[in-house]
Amino acid sequence: MAAVRLIDWIDARFPLTKLWKEQVAEYYAPKNFNFWYYFGVISLVVLVNQLVTGIFLTMSYKPSSAEAFASVEYIMRDVDWGWLIRYMHSTGASAFFIVIYLHMFRALLYGSHRKPRELLWIFGCVIFLLLMAEAFMGYVLPWGNMSYWGAQVIVSLFGSIPVIGQSLVEWIRGDYYIADATLNRFFALHVAALPLALVFLVIAHLMALHEVGSNNPDGIEIKKLKGADGHPLDGIPFHPYYTVKDTMGIAAFLLVFSGVIFFAPGFGGLFLESPNFEPANPLQTPPHIAPVWYFTPFYAMLRAVPSFAGTQVWGVLVMGAAIVVLFFLPWLDRSPVRSIRYRGPIYKIALAIFSLSFIALGVCGLKPPSGIYPQLARVATILYFAFFLLMPWYSRIDSVKPVPERVT
Amino acid sequence: MIRRFALLALMLLPAGFAQAQEEGIPLLHSGTDINNVSSLQRGARNFMNYCSGCHSLKYLRYNRMAADLRITEPELAANLIFTSAKPFDTINSSMPADALNWFGKVPPDLSLIARAKGVDYVYSFLKGFYADKTRPWGVNNLYLPSAAMPHVLFERQGLQKPVFKSEPDGRGGTSMVLEGVEPMTPGALKPEEYDQFVRDIANFLDYAAEPIKAKRQSLGVFVILFLLVFFVFAFLLKKEYWKDVH
Amino acid sequence: MNDEVDHSRRRLLTAATVGTGVVGVAFAAVPFLASWNPSARAKALGAPVQVDASKLEAGQMLKVVWRGQPVFVVRRTKSIVEHLGDHDAMLADPSSDDSLQPDYIKGAARARNPEYWVGLAVCTHLGCSPLGAFDPNQAYQLAGTDLGQNWPGGFYCPCHGSKYDMSGRVFKSMPAPKNLTVPPYAFDGDAIILIGVDDAPKKA
Repeated sequence: MAAVRLIDWIDARFPLTKLWKEQVAEYYAPKNFNFWYYFGVISLVVLVNQLVTGIFLTMSYKPSSAEAFASVEYIMRDVDWGWLIRYMHSTGASAFFIVIYLHMFRALLYGSHRKPRELLWIFGCVIFLLLMAEAFMGYVLPWGNMSYWGAQVIVSLFGSIPVIGQSLVEWIRGDYYIADATLNRFFALHVAALPLALVFLVIAHLMALHEVGSNNPDGIEIKKLKGADGHPLDGIPFHPYYTVKDTMGIAAFLLVFSGVIFFAPGFGGLFLESPNFEPANPLQTPPHIAPVWYFTPFYAMLRAVPSFAGTQVWGVLVMGAAIVVLFFLPWLDRSPVRSIRYRGPIYKIALAIFSLSFIALGVCGLKPPSGIYPQLARVATILYFAFFLLMPWYSRIDSVKPVPERVT
Repeated sequence: MIRRFALLALMLLPAGFAQAQEEGIPLLHSGTDINNVSSLQRGARNFMNYCSGCHSLKYLRYNRMAADLRITEPELAANLIFTSAKPFDTINSSMPADALNWFGKVPPDLSLIARAKGVDYVYSFLKGFYADKTRPWGVNNLYLPSAAMPHVLFERQGLQKPVFKSEPDGRGGTSMVLEGVEPMTPGALKPEEYDQFVRDIANFLDYAAEPIKAKRQSLGVFVILFLLVFFVFAFLLKKEYWKDVH
Repeated sequence: MNDEVDHSRRRLLTAATVGTGVVGVAFAAVPFLASWNPSARAKALGAPVQVDASKLEAGQMLKVVWRGQPVFVVRRTKSIVEHLGDHDAMLADPSSDDSLQPDYIKGAARARNPEYWVGLAVCTHLGCSPLGAFDPNQAYQLAGTDLGQNWPGGFYCPCHGSKYDMSGRVFKSMPAPKNLTVPPYAFDGDAIILIGVDDAPKKA
């Protein structure tokens, strides 16, 4: 057959069949993946969505302070279907963070960051960090008033660094205020440098995953027990079992995603903020400056820390530490078991408190800093760090249940 | 399963918080309907007659508006274009360059006002003018204190007067706080007619802020239905294959 | 794996899922491809151009820009119009069967009103803009080329020497393969020409 001959021809020159077998058809994944295991593949779908819609947006967008705002409205009104491409991209940004936060939470549930998957986790943390940079710079591009002031606030953070702060801020902006030069370089980073780095890291993340094999809700190594055929007893080939299951998961995701795009693209001001429909105005700050929802937990930490010793660098340090601490998670966790299923009540309570404080921080970051919110943010910041910093202690003293030999 | 619902609830939580952010005098509910084409047509006419002299809609084209609002080109040219603009032009105001001297500020473009401030704000604002001798045009606005804009619809609505209530000022005394407005002199329209008049304008500006909105929603229904079919096939396929896994 | 596998059901469901998926991707591709169409702004900028040809003297021409392309509007003299059909034998496509022009443009005059000729000033060879050389039987020295004593009047392209007559019809054995293109246009009154529409707008 011609098709077989063509594949043979390619295989002699490129490991096509080999790759397919190793990475898909004969990649044995644990058979007990549950709901939480959809978010990895969904984040890949969102990444592709962002890349494709992003490329098409650059075809009509103008990265200059004079034209950026109008060019976004040009896309929304004058370009055929431009509105859909733009909403897919803006909704995709929020979807990315929802999916990634759930994906990371899965790791906390089932110990997916534990040995031998430390590097896999670290690649993931770097992806998260780059994603935040990517989202921030993307948010500046529409050059609405919230874009402008958001950039102003975030870039000013670097000014709190002692000695070099002010010159660093000028260097980042390339001007004495958030200006055309700033917008232009953010555009370059947003559409070229960061996506390239993200794609490479995602490939590294997947390679690391396939090297060590997937963890599972029971947190046991399926490779330990192999059948007569040499394949894990509790493993099933990724194709067809997980390709069909993931297809179903992607379909469910697309239903929700399309629901937002077509019926609530602004999502009550959370995905597209109202002040951003006014052009950037260096003379008028919006009444409440709040970053987009996915940054608010970290923004709340920043505001929760009071300035003392004549500098407000402490808030910036705390915010940075909140992300840096993630990298050390594999070594902070001293529990003899991975999965929450076999952990004692202490970890369960700790994780619940952590999740609630993260959400509380998110809410605090959206609200103006008055009333109970500053106090709530402080308590939640302490709880956030307590979860990590006390982990070496509480994860060791926590009771454990016996871990079964086989997945359940 | 419970965990999933809890998760969903937590994810939706911030949406409620975001909408609860309001201060000052609460806005009125506009009750507009983007699918009501005759309301949009009336709103377009009202806008062109009363607003477009000063306010532009610089991101909206006349012919786009005509097509979406089912207005024919001759009707458009005869009834809605008051400048020398061509049908494919965007809607610019006929404001002279010295607007700054007249009003103290340039009347803003209103293309996106309904998205930036909300359609309820537009409706409330147009109902919020009240007599205030201290202002240059003799009127102020309940929803935009120190408004620089005259009450263009004064003859239609009539004039309203402010209502104050006394509140403790925190220093043992009381201060007068603006609470609302009440009719003072009648206008050409009955109150319900005026409400409808400005509701149509608000509806039209909601349309102008996102002309694709109605089509987006109707297209969304088809997309969701299609994806449901895809989901059902994918679900059955998954169930069929997973019979193998024990 | 004790159950008997129902292969036909699997094939059917696979086909249904893949089929729906392919249709979905095809639908999803439409907006992306369509976003390359001329936008509403491009259409506005490419809107019909109005030319007042009444100020044109006989034997003169105007060049206007429509959709980024130069367009000739030539007012032909009576004698030129009368002699348009005389040199068909010299032309490559005298009845413009092979050339681009609207349905309502016919015959040797290639015009709605024979007095005014409207055509794209874009040589059909490689897109240069031809020059006008309207007086017949003159020894033209145009761009270094002698058009000869028998020149019936027309256009000459300086790039590669293509020659066209006063209706933009190309002569035989020229580099240009086709007659000059006639864009859609309409008369709004006697001498107001709207370039880019087939019909003048009805008055409201």
